[in-house]
Amino acid sequence: MLRVNNIEVIYSNVVLVLRGVSLEVREGQIVTILGANGAGKTTTLQAISGLLLSQEGEITRGSIELGDTRIDHRPAEDIVQLGIIQVLEGRRLFGHLTVEENLAIGAVARGHNRRMIAEDLEQVYRYFPRLKDIHRRISGYLSGGEQQMLVIGRGLMARPKLMLLDEPSIGLAPLLVQDIFQAINQINKESGIPILLVEQNAKIALEVADYAYVMETGRIVLDGPADQLAENEDIKEFYLGLTQVGERKSYRDVKHYKRRKRWLG
Amino acid sequence: MNWQLLPQFALTGILAGGPIALIALGLVLIFKSSYIFNFAQGQLLLLGALFTWYFSIELELNLWLSIFLAVAVMALIGFAIERFALRPMTGQPLLSIILMTLGLSQALQGLALLVFGGAQRNFPQIFSAGDPYKITTPLVHEGNNIILILKQNLVWSFVVAVIGVIIIGGFFQYTRTGLAMRATSEDHELAQSTGLRIRRIFGISWGLAGVVATVGGVLLATSSGLDLSLSLVVLAAFPAVLLGGLDSIPGTVAGGLLIGLSQGLVKVSKVPIVRNSAEIMPYVVLMIVLLIRPEGLFGQKRIERI
Repeated sequence: MLRVNNIEVIYSNVVLVLRGVSLEVREGQIVTILGANGAGKTTTLQAISGLLLSQEGEITRGSIELGDTRIDHRPAEDIVQLGIIQVLEGRRLFGHLTVEENLAIGAVARGHNRRMIAEDLEQVYRYFPRLKDIHRRISGYLSGGEQQMLVIGRGLMARPKLMLLDEPSIGLAPLLVQDIFQAINQINKESGIPILLVEQNAKIALEVADYAYVMETGRIVLDGPADQLAENEDIKEFYLGLTQVGERKSYRDVKHYKRRKRWLG
Repeated sequence: MNWQLLPQFALTGILAGGPIALIALGLVLIFKSSYIFNFAQGQLLLLGALFTWYFSIELELNLWLSIFLAVAVMALIGFAIERFALRPMTGQPLLSIILMTLGLSQALQGLALLVFGGAQRNFPQIFSAGDPYKITTPLVHEGNNIILILKQNLVWSFVVAVIGVIIIGGFFQYTRTGLAMRATSEDHELAQSTGLRIRRIFGISWGLAGVVATVGGVLLATSSGLDLSLSLVVLAAFPAVLLGGLDSIPGTVAGGLLIGLSQGLVKVSKVPIVRNSAEIMPYVVLMIVLLIRPEGLFGQKRIERI
């Protein structure tokens, strides 16, 4: 349903951040983009959601299509109306509004009426029962896990056709990360909303995802079904931190990966 | 101090603070959504009053219809200011945008002088000019009960201002547009990412500011007459908003009433210099409050999680 074709993104007319990124999200899938800091994961999401424009970024080549319509070079507000909702990195919320008001914003922005808002609130509270207990609290004072639930819930309130999640695991305790990803998986399975997930926590992302892309310095260097990628030696080594126990590492192995990367990229 | 005058001036001061609070609220509306401090609010107020005068006296329309038309025209002018003066400045430093409103204030003032002329005008009486209300208090001074004398104008202006404040407060708290405005005021980028059309929201807040300014202008003009110096009333409203913390509606109301009260109280003094200092009192109060509470009386403190 979403297709990114060979896009190139330049910030402030000089900095080339994405050099030909292509990816695809199919109906009902969870697709993840893995990669280190500065690889261009967030930029890819912002290119899709249109937020790039407000940060002096520009798509200079390639195209982005939702179904049959081209959506690159459209302002962020329009893209939200098409049903692509980005949940920003770092659990950003309207800190002085209550939990319920924060959730309502997601729906208000798409022009939903009060009845629809009430229905959607019920649904969000079903996925995140904790939010119902605290729905009158000022959201700035919530714990990190609650805030993450809140921002994902706010995304759901917009009745998305596609959700873009930017590092939902960032700065959360391992147990909470489990909870959040379980909820993400449940949302995807029950409501069929496709999710494009950017993560540094490769292990858990590969567990829930159907398909995965690995980015490095503005390029996709590797992609494949998530379960296969989880078995890939390079991924194990560089993203999952697994090495054969007791075996000595030689520089040649590292070089092998670099060569591979150059070839793939 | 003329203690026997204290209740009278305290009460008239607070009542006069009502319209100040309403005018200050116009500033809050814009600041809340876009972080712009609108120096042209006084001129919006003046124009609102002038239009009302024009429709009712020059065109001899019904007074209420005139007010309604003036409100509509001013809402449009508010929209237009946002659309043609401020939107092109999006992305510029905030200071340039604020200076733009300062420029606008001068331009609008000049325009008002060109179009309407600088003469003092008779403004139609909205509230009956009948006998003032008299309240006999249980306080006794030299054997007689102190009687408070309140002009009808003053009382009803206060009532209208309070109703206006309640309507705006309710709009912010309970409508979807109000919610969207509150969200936008917190984080423009985040608001945009959730799909809120923040430019439309800026437009709405400027339109509303025009409406509020008109109502405030009409209230003031009907009690003190209309000439171009009406725009200077905002000099009392600026400290009221700052006192309230710039983004708080209850704070602004408290600020407006406090300013009114301070202006009333100095008149109780027997020292001529103090008695005539009503115009600078708002700023004296402002300085004292800001020294103690820099975020204003009710301003939002940044929420920091620890």
